Amino acid sequence: MSGIEVNLKHRLGDFDLEVDFTAPAQGVTALFGPSGSGKTSVLRAVAGLERTTQGVVRVNGETWQDESRFLPVHRRPIGYVFQEASLFPHLSVRENLQYGMRRVSEAQRQIPFHDVVELFGISALLPRSTARLSGGERQRVAIARALLTSPRLLLMDEPLSALDHAAKQTILPYLERLHDEFAIPSLYVSHDPNEVARLADHMVVLDGGRVTAQGEAAPLLTRLDMPLSGYDDASALLVGNVTSHDHSYHLTWITLQGNRIAVPREDLPVGRHARVQIQARDVSLSLRAHTDTSILNILPVRVIDTRDISPTQVLVRLELEDGQTLLSRITRRSAMGMGIREGMQLYAQVKSVALLT
Amino acid sequence: MAFDWQPVWLTIKLASTTTLVLLIVGTPIAWWLARTHAWYKQALSAVVALPLVLPPTVLGFYLLIMLAPDGPVGRLTETLGIGSLAFTFEGLVFASVLYSLPFVVQPLQNAFEALGPRPAEVAATLRASPWDRFATVVIPLARSGFLTAAVLSFAHTVGEFGVVLMIGGSIPGETRVLSVAIYEQVETLEYGQAHLLAAGMLAFSFLVLMTLYLVNGRITRSHQP
Repeated sequence: MSGIEVNLKHRLGDFDLEVDFTAPAQGVTALFGPSGSGKTSVLRAVAGLERTTQGVVRVNGETWQDESRFLPVHRRPIGYVFQEASLFPHLSVRENLQYGMRRVSEAQRQIPFHDVVELFGISALLPRSTARLSGGERQRVAIARALLTSPRLLLMDEPLSALDHAAKQTILPYLERLHDEFAIPSLYVSHDPNEVARLADHMVVLDGGRVTAQGEAAPLLTRLDMPLSGYDDASALLVGNVTSHDHSYHLTWITLQGNRIAVPREDLPVGRHARVQIQARDVSLSLRAHTDTSILNILPVRVIDTRDISPTQVLVRLELEDGQTLLSRITRRSAMGMGIREGMQLYAQVKSVALLT
Repeated sequence: MAFDWQPVWLTIKLASTTTLVLLIVGTPIAWWLARTHAWYKQALSAVVALPLVLPPTVLGFYLLIMLAPDGPVGRLTETLGIGSLAFTFEGLVFASVLYSLPFVVQPLQNAFEALGPRPAEVAATLRASPWDRFATVVIPLARSGFLTAAVLSFAHTVGEFGVVLMIGGSIPGETRVLSVAIYEQVETLEYGQAHLLAAGMLAFSFLVLMTLYLVNGRITRSHQP
């Protein structure tokens, strides 16, 4: 059976972990939840760093642990990225990168050293001591070091949480590229919905040591009953294809079955798969399709449901013609004035779109 | 009168052997103490620290009884055909190992605790087996702890007197180490020889400690980001 099967039961003092999920064999699966929900414990158990009272971990049909067997950490083909980079201070950047690589037989090394070094832009750092790296550089080296063991499963424990906003923004594109260049499934622990929206294909939502939801990331991100949509930066994820470039106005058009969205021009080949993120606060609603507006992206939508998120604001979940969902945050007064109700046809005016990959 | 080098060599031999044995025995004890949450951890720590507070004569007295031909260790060594260890070089090594144990275990335990479990965990996720990660990550990162442990155990063994006298006596070439030799020279009023040895010991001890502080200072500085 392909995929990552995880079934764990563990008691730690008064914390009770009981988790059962299956993640697909490709792409990024986010383990999402508030702190203390057991995300890191799950990741550590999958790595074999923590022994649980009961646990089954199978990766693409290979059993790493069950009732009768327990593969020790160093025999699991994983790459693990910790919250802090945890580089070895007694080794140079190059020696850090080679530490894991050297312990994998040559036949199993599928990821060339130079490719990784190039991809992460760290070739200039190789001879340096780790003490002289910035936070962002350290984490890039740590991710590269994990990748160089040619893992069959990449485990990342909030790799960006120790970084400041600027450093985060510099690493995110590397993580997105990682997703494109190497077909390694990963489990990505995060409590940041924005990160999840940018990186995850699949999601497992944890709360209090239990799985509260799992499935594709895009629909889960917009579900109004999930904690994700309650955040100030609630957003929706849409998937489409690059269809054309507008050279005169410097735009790239992305088509989502019939509808198209313009984003600032990116050098992407036509036909390529693209993900865009749209913040709920950047979507306004209108009863008619306006042509007398500065807004370029106007999409016909149908109201699925609504939820009051504060005394002044309402979050409206909308369905596009192709079934993908979009969130819009408007004032309660507007919602009342427009008479918004389930099933209503509206036009979503999208003020800003972020192209992810 | 010719200078008698024998006690000097014997002392160096005893201190080196003891240090080597202690690093081998003390490392797993320190590792275990640094990692365990067992309820008897405190009890074992206390046992390891006993030689710090016990008068050396007390330790020597019990060791003498243990090592004697009818003592528990003595009976074992007799059955093994080694004979009693009391008043032998091997007996001295055995006693010195116990006597200097806290000087090895405590710096190592501190070093392992300061290191925390993370570096070894990282190495494990990078495919290093337990021995491999101990050799390539734990030892290099805890090297100042190892250095301190080795120097302290060597120096402390060089400086021991009470335990040696109790269980080793003063057999030239076998158990007559420096401290005992000085004691006897003073007893027999050979102040000239005693002066030489005592001044040598003083200079040696100072140099050892000075080197330790200098090297440790450098290691600590090089670890700061």
